[in-house]
Amino acid sequence: MGSSRLSRRAVLKTAALGSAAAITAPYVSGVHAAGTLTLGCWDHWVPGANKALDKICKEWGDKNNVDVHIDYITSQGEKDKLTAAAEAQAGTGHDIMSHRDWNIQIHQRLLEPLDDVVAQLIKQYGPISPVAEYLAKIKGTWRGIPTAIGSQVKPCQSRFDLYKEHCGIDLVDMFPADESKYDKAKTDQWTWDVYLDSAQKLHKAGYPVGLPMGQTSDAVDWVGALFNSFGVVMIDEKDNIKVNSDETRKALEYLKKLMAVNPPEVYAWDDAGNNRWIISGKGSGIMNPPSSWAVAKRDNPKVAENIWLHAMPRGPKGRYVGQLPQFYGLWSFSKNKSAGKDLLLHMSQKESIAQLVAASIGYDLPSFKSMYDLDTWKTVEPPKGVVYSYPPRGDELTSMFGAPARSEVGAQMYNQAINTVMVAKLTQGNEKIDDVIKWAEKELEGTLRA
Amino acid sequence: MPASSAGIRDVEPPARGDRYKVEDSRMADTVQSWVPGLQQAGVRPSARSGLSKFLRQRSTIAFLFCLPLIAIITCLVIYPAFYSIYLSMLNKAQTRFIGLGNFSYLLSRDVFWMVVQQSAIFALSAVFFKALIGLITAHLINNLPAKGQRKWRGMLLVPWVIPLALSSLGWWWLFDPTHSAFNWILTGLGFDEVPWLSNPYWARFSVILVNVWYGAPFFLIMYLAALKSVPEQLYEAAAIDGANAWQKFIHITLPMMRNIIAITVLFSLIVTFANFDIVQIMTAGGPRNMTHVFATYAFLLGIRSGDLPLGAATSLFMFPILAIAAVFILRGVRKRGREIG
Repeated sequence: MGSSRLSRRAVLKTAALGSAAAITAPYVSGVHAAGTLTLGCWDHWVPGANKALDKICKEWGDKNNVDVHIDYITSQGEKDKLTAAAEAQAGTGHDIMSHRDWNIQIHQRLLEPLDDVVAQLIKQYGPISPVAEYLAKIKGTWRGIPTAIGSQVKPCQSRFDLYKEHCGIDLVDMFPADESKYDKAKTDQWTWDVYLDSAQKLHKAGYPVGLPMGQTSDAVDWVGALFNSFGVVMIDEKDNIKVNSDETRKALEYLKKLMAVNPPEVYAWDDAGNNRWIISGKGSGIMNPPSSWAVAKRDNPKVAENIWLHAMPRGPKGRYVGQLPQFYGLWSFSKNKSAGKDLLLHMSQKESIAQLVAASIGYDLPSFKSMYDLDTWKTVEPPKGVVYSYPPRGDELTSMFGAPARSEVGAQMYNQAINTVMVAKLTQGNEKIDDVIKWAEKELEGTLRA
Repeated sequence: MPASSAGIRDVEPPARGDRYKVEDSRMADTVQSWVPGLQQAGVRPSARSGLSKFLRQRSTIAFLFCLPLIAIITCLVIYPAFYSIYLSMLNKAQTRFIGLGNFSYLLSRDVFWMVVQQSAIFALSAVFFKALIGLITAHLINNLPAKGQRKWRGMLLVPWVIPLALSSLGWWWLFDPTHSAFNWILTGLGFDEVPWLSNPYWARFSVILVNVWYGAPFFLIMYLAALKSVPEQLYEAAAIDGANAWQKFIHITLPMMRNIIAITVLFSLIVTFANFDIVQIMTAGGPRNMTHVFATYAFLLGIRSGDLPLGAATSLFMFPILAIAAVFILRGVRKRGREIG
């Protein structure tokens, strides 16, 4: 756990400056109290990315005479979630805590409503990602603020040289680094059927795609996106179990063919397994944020030069990409809530987001589509524009496995990886589709208890 | 204790009921001799405070020495144990008491029964092989010349000394699904690759193997100590009667080691049932939930899914299983103890 202490409390100046701030800015009302604000933040894997957040918070702290203290907590071994769970049980800890995936829903009762801050951000930057809304707006109240830090989608990340050579598909031409040049006739051709056909060709050529089928988020996210593209609904908003459907059967039949051309070890991959697959040069494609490209740039530059991030294939019900946002939550036991809200608003400004996105080489993804025009995604290389299509563009929509069920139910489905276990039972365990669906129905019935 | 002082040896042995009383008076004498100023100041034994009498009692001293340990156990074992029982009876939001609702829910889930089965397979097979390997290696080392024994004992203890999380990570690299070092050797020798972690059955084998590797040295050292305590005369008498090595092992070594075997097995069973690190690092319960054990499944439900009460209920399922095992094993130990006595 790393930490950095920012500005020192300027005791004598506090009252005067704080009062002035309270008068001039809408969210500074409590900041005049100054004091300390502690943050427990996700420890970024990109070297130097934490420093960008330090800088943003220091600027704000200096301006408002608040002593901001940040603890960076790794997500390795779920240490960040353990810390949040411990603080929730103890009723004490940081003022602001970063929460991954379903953690806002899990700690909703101890999180301060942030409707006013989110309303301000929507007013400034337009609509927010529906996935972020699903995860953080609980019973009509925003309990967390989506942050760009660590937030990600998992689009296709392909070796364009291999696709061109073995499948005759020009991915760079299909998804150029300029959305205005997207040709609908071309992008519409990128379907799950074409994906399967090319995966078979690449497998034959000795460069299989590597799609994880374990029980970690990379696997759950891409299978969730595929299920959405096929129109699969596990449980609807009204707690009706809907998994026993033609859509599910079609998706499973498709996956049976697709998994046959994946390496057999995908069932044991963790979230780094697919990264290693593409970096090694053995694989032709994965579905991942640009982290694997960034590591390839360092460890295997020739592979990195031939990687292109682009949209997911389109299915009968649309084109979906798995999204995994992160949030900041303000604990209800925080002693400096007003200052906390003000800092959250400051961190969510486009200027701050631009710094964070640049520091993370385009990995961090804001939840506002209006911010997808930041320069970083256009300029990062090699090759130039490699991550331009990392943010969802064109007709690509974000998805979260578990939706549209109640978020309490969705969290159980997601964390128990019911979708990937279904696929593994079918493709690795050679169980019949009907038996797999029957198993899923029983498991889903259990999640409704939530 | 003053019991070793020369003066005390001359005292007649007390009647059974007077034992502590007499020892107390001996202690008082000794204290006086250690603090000469006490007599000079005219302080008589009868004038001592009740507190100092209380403090001089043997049981009091023992209790005070144990106090730090009792405090630690109370804070870190007893309180969390009772708190987890309380937690397991709450709803997910921890706002309502639901009695045994979490337990009955778990009993209705197929995945939970699979976890029960896997935990049993994991613990029983790992403990069996640890005991077997420990017994064999203890014999081998015991028969080595005394000079070489220490070196072997030290080397064989290494797996048990390395922090488990670190060694599990090392094993994970050896079993890595894509770049396994073992598979590299196997393919180099012309064999097929083994799906160590991607096939559920091989994955079960792998986690058990690592647990055996880690735990066998504990059995080795315990059995070695037990072997050394068997009187040599018994073997000499058996040799005179014409017993061979196997007969000596069956009729002398094994009966003499039975209690230590039972206690070691019980201890290891408890630790193995509660194992978390190996499975979490190597497979995280997959593929298809087929390597989950109680602790990893409790972590999945309690921390990852945010249902702490359900996670607590899962981990508490280990308690009755281990309690029953402990009762049977310790009853056997007591019975044999009485027979020997």
